[in-house]
Amino acid sequence: MEEAAVQPTHVHAPPEGFLRKYVFSLDHKVIGKQYYGLALVSVFIGMVLSWLMRFHLVWPEVKVHGLEVLSASGAPGGVITPEYYLSLLTMHGTLMVFFVLTNAPFAGFGNYFLPIQIGAEDMAFPRFNMMSFWTTFVAFVVLVLAFFIPDGPPISGWTAYAPLSAVGKDAGPGLGWGQNLWAISIAIFCIGQLLGSLNFIATTLDLRAKGMTLMRMPICTWAWFITSCIGLLAFAVLLPACLLLLLDRMAGTSFFIPSGLVVSDRLQNHAGGSPLLWQHLFWFFGHPEVYIAILPAVGIVSHVLITSMRKPLLSAKVLIYSMLSIGFLSWMVWGHHMFVSGMNPFSSLLFSFPTLTITIPATIITLIWLGSLYGANIQINSASLFALGFVSMFVSGGVSGFFLAQPSIDIYLHATYFVVGHFHMVMGVAAIFGILSGTYFWFSKMTGRMMNDSLGKLHFWITFVGTYCIFMPFHYLGLVGNVRRYASFVDDFMAPLMPVHKFVTIAAFVTGAAQFLFLYNLIYSRFRGQLASENPWHGTSLEWSIPSPPPWNNFGDKHPVIFHDPYQYGVKGSKGDFVMQDSPEQIVGG
Amino acid sequence: MASTVYQRVASSSASETPGHAHAARSGIWVAIFAITMSFAALTSSLMVRQGSGDWKHIALPAVIYLNTVALLLSSLTLEMGRSRADYGSMSRRRDSLLWLIATLALGMVFVAGQYLVWQRLREQGLYLATTSNSSFFYVFTAVHVLHVLGGITALSVLIAGSASRQRVFRRSRFEATAIYWHFMGALWVYLLIVISVRL
Repeated sequence: MEEAAVQPTHVHAPPEGFLRKYVFSLDHKVIGKQYYGLALVSVFIGMVLSWLMRFHLVWPEVKVHGLEVLSASGAPGGVITPEYYLSLLTMHGTLMVFFVLTNAPFAGFGNYFLPIQIGAEDMAFPRFNMMSFWTTFVAFVVLVLAFFIPDGPPISGWTAYAPLSAVGKDAGPGLGWGQNLWAISIAIFCIGQLLGSLNFIATTLDLRAKGMTLMRMPICTWAWFITSCIGLLAFAVLLPACLLLLLDRMAGTSFFIPSGLVVSDRLQNHAGGSPLLWQHLFWFFGHPEVYIAILPAVGIVSHVLITSMRKPLLSAKVLIYSMLSIGFLSWMVWGHHMFVSGMNPFSSLLFSFPTLTITIPATIITLIWLGSLYGANIQINSASLFALGFVSMFVSGGVSGFFLAQPSIDIYLHATYFVVGHFHMVMGVAAIFGILSGTYFWFSKMTGRMMNDSLGKLHFWITFVGTYCIFMPFHYLGLVGNVRRYASFVDDFMAPLMPVHKFVTIAAFVTGAAQFLFLYNLIYSRFRGQLASENPWHGTSLEWSIPSPPPWNNFGDKHPVIFHDPYQYGVKGSKGDFVMQDSPEQIVGG
Repeated sequence: MASTVYQRVASSSASETPGHAHAARSGIWVAIFAITMSFAALTSSLMVRQGSGDWKHIALPAVIYLNTVALLLSSLTLEMGRSRADYGSMSRRRDSLLWLIATLALGMVFVAGQYLVWQRLREQGLYLATTSNSSFFYVFTAVHVLHVLGGITALSVLIAGSASRQRVFRRSRFEATAIYWHFMGALWVYLLIVISVRL
């Protein structure tokens, strides 16, 4: 890797003109912001959909004024039908998992900061990088189109289980063109992510600055690198799966549709397909996708915590090896999503062991954080609060994973709110806390202005308490047998649980409203925030060695040379209690 | 190692840098890894689907073997071109260019040949959705042809670049294209074995 020390001349010309600067930009920083912006739009759409679902669960007969304009058949007179509830659920899950949890922590922050943190001028393939974003954008447009077609969005959930997703409109509303659009969108999304992963891997391997050995890369760079390796394999499997699904739907093949299937009193003209095959292919992508969402957040949070604690972690190396182990093990556990699918019980046992094994590196990571935090004089600000909140969510959501990893318990809990609570905490909210921590931390670098910290802290406390109020009760609801994916519970045996559901719904509205504080802070600070210095947090990694915001070619005509490990805190440096990675000064103390 | 890279840069076009020359090679290997994964997913789908029992073997048209010869031969012509490529000057460029054009032609013969194979199957009444075997046959061969078309595009860019503005081959691009093209041949041999044995 010695040759990686040689720095490139400019890989592309300075951007000129509005289109090249802001739209079809080759600059990794603009592309990172575009991904982040797309995730921001998606997360607010996804959140409003979750509000509609929560509203319908507790007040199923009450009108939502204006909703009938969006879907006359799905919400006649503004009242959501049970089928439209499932459409909202599908779109919420798809937007959140693909366009938020994949886009923001990995593609957004990764694009912006990975090249800078390794001392590169840009990604290895800037044109592929641009194509990657715009492909993802097209995927987003295709998905959202499903809201505006007469058929409406699909009702098969973000997992699109076959044969429901494969047979077409006979199976219900949204399963005509709505489901086609879903499958086309996800196939396009896969292409975008494959291009992105390819870029991340080649850039990390070949464009590192002189002295930037692999072990000198910041933890978040490692996290993005590992995530890109996972993404490369995961999306390479989901893409052909979507192709086969589309062929079943549009070309009459029978990959996933079994013989003799009667839907809506009509015999489906298919033979011999395997619905389980879809589950295998989907979850072979789906479980690694959990780590695509969470590992970048693990990296970001570690980076923020170290800077806030002003001391290195107990062992950054062990944390990196643990992330690598999680990445490796993520390929052996997809069957734990299929314990109730009718799969051979011995297979369940086989998938249970590696699932439980994943808890070992996850626990090691947590213990490294907690051990490092012990006795640390941590600086409390919005970024570090969200990082601490992430640790809390990661532990709370992770612990319920111990239960679900065991087939005998999962069989009872699988179709209940327990699972919904588990994955929302450990994958959804935890990753979003990572995104928010990264936003408060890196906003100054990305825009040249600071975010309002008081507003950020208020945002944190409402979000932190609010998410616990929403998702902890889900676990209890699940334990008493509250099934998931039902549109309402008022008239059946779950009616006694309605007060809990009302509490959750109110918490969801309050927590969601708090996100508008964040949005206001983001927009206000962008234009009116306090001007940021080059290194407001006294960080040591390379992003803090260049102006805020960075110039188009990151380091100008400088070619950074790396002398130190990424986290030299608690030492006597010329600028304070830290020494930057590219500073040639000798380290004293520490 | 580093000195080799410096030499390469000196002998390639001005805009190419050592890191980027390496990245082109890393990138193509990463892409190959992803494509392998996609075909592994399709192969395991085939094995799962075969368990359903409605499996009717199809007779492969003879032209498929001629296509195989054309594709394997194209790897040979590409290597002939590569061995004659001089990245620093125009000398011997013409030789190399001719071999590259031969590679491109053989690639096109392969694609046209695969179209003939599909026609032969249609003449037998085997369409995409006729049987599960024919479904997999069309999926495997069409997805492979799509990837070959990607290789044909890369070859065309290489030839156009050499024949016009730069007038010299860029080593990293040539190597990346060659690796990809050879992989297309190897992948096809694998697919032909799967198709012959399983379909």
